[in-house]
Amino acid sequence: MIMLGDFDFGVIVTALPYLWDGMQLSLLLTGLAAVGSIFLGTLLALMRLSSIRLFQWIGAIWVNFFRSLPLLLVIFWFYFLVPLIVQGQVDAFESALIGFVLFEAAYFCEIMRSGIQSISRGQAWSGYALGLKYSQTMRYVVLPQAFRNMLPILLTQTIILFQDTSLVFVVGLADFMTSAVTVAQRDSRLVELYVFAALVYFVMCYFASLSVKILQKKMHK
Amino acid sequence: MNYNWNWGILFEEPYFDWLVSGVEWTLFVSAVAWIIAFSLGSIVGVARTVDSVPIRAVATAYVELFRNIPLIVQMFLWFYVVPEMVPDDWGRWMKRDMPFPEATSAIFCLGTYTASRVAEQVRAGIESIPVGQRAAGLAMGLTTVQVYRYLLVPVGYRIIVPPLTSEFLTIFKNSSLALTIGVAELLYQARQIENYTFQGFEAFTSVTLIYLVLTMIVVALMVSVEEKTKIPGYGIQKDK
Repeated sequence: MIMLGDFDFGVIVTALPYLWDGMQLSLLLTGLAAVGSIFLGTLLALMRLSSIRLFQWIGAIWVNFFRSLPLLLVIFWFYFLVPLIVQGQVDAFESALIGFVLFEAAYFCEIMRSGIQSISRGQAWSGYALGLKYSQTMRYVVLPQAFRNMLPILLTQTIILFQDTSLVFVVGLADFMTSAVTVAQRDSRLVELYVFAALVYFVMCYFASLSVKILQKKMHK
Repeated sequence: MNYNWNWGILFEEPYFDWLVSGVEWTLFVSAVAWIIAFSLGSIVGVARTVDSVPIRAVATAYVELFRNIPLIVQMFLWFYVVPEMVPDDWGRWMKRDMPFPEATSAIFCLGTYTASRVAEQVRAGIESIPVGQRAAGLAMGLTTVQVYRYLLVPVGYRIIVPPLTSEFLTIFKNSSLALTIGVAELLYQARQIENYTFQGFEAFTSVTLIYLVLTMIVVALMVSVEEKTKIPGYGIQKDK
């Protein structure tokens, strides 16, 4: 049985620069994937709400398809099979990023859809009445309000996305999780490194979601 | 694209058996983990709504702890760290004699993690019942336990059947993470077929279809349960 006193903190201290590199990759992947999937998710939401049947179908199939699959499966698909399709080397980071964007877009789509639906119809009608086109109405009237209303939920989903990036461990991309496992196995210090990794993720996600809660309270004032 | 298609390989021995056993493990791990998630989640969820401050604090701590650590890290904690942190005798038993150490760890991991999510749904369900009902129950002379037993819990659960469906689907999808500690579930088998035969397209396509079909079956089953259990006039906004 390992007590706290037996913990070898030295291992963690020595590994900190390496782990920090991993964390930077995790954060970069989270940031890019969040921007990409919020953009794509918004497009999908507009498709689901459009009056054109074909667009509705594409949006609905996309969302239901990706929400039925484990993220891990999507990561494998892109890691193993995209290089085959494009006939060449694809960077593990890029293939993971593509997988994350396509997958998470399905979840962001549903958030944006309820965001757009929360804006009263009158807003869009007054836009049209002022002579704005559909794209202008969306761009200047509906979407800014939808984003504002949904900001806390979008941020919460981004925290989930940050946790999900740890899954790139399975394709060996050197994010924070993979770095922690690498050090753990190299130094045979599984307990220290895994507990440390859990602690780091916990502190980051806990305070991030706490900030979201505070933001939410401020918005409702 | 140069690729030798060979869909028949999926039906050859031993690959077909691998897929079947993968499906079995996925269903088994998800089902047992769901039992833990549902029972533990119910207790934690109810505990978050009671008046006692310390009980509420413990339940909140549980939810925050499990919700803010990525599942894959929790998998590693259960499999590699827990046997080292318990008394030596237990640790030795877990490492040497515990049946199916990987699957057991995965089940506890998925069960306790999903319990935190179920707890949030249970809490939301109970909190969505108007306060007046609890007050009415107490005014009629029911004890707090009876108010929960006959009023809040039965009504609350019927309200949250739809979100619980998606929690069940989540546990089923998350069970794929068990492959990181070596449980031979469905996705694990797909990778194994890919490694042995280089027929990655076929392996991953078949597994994708299996996941889609299983999801559709679960959704269809739950739609009928939702129909049977729904209370007219009640309901949290459906997330669909």
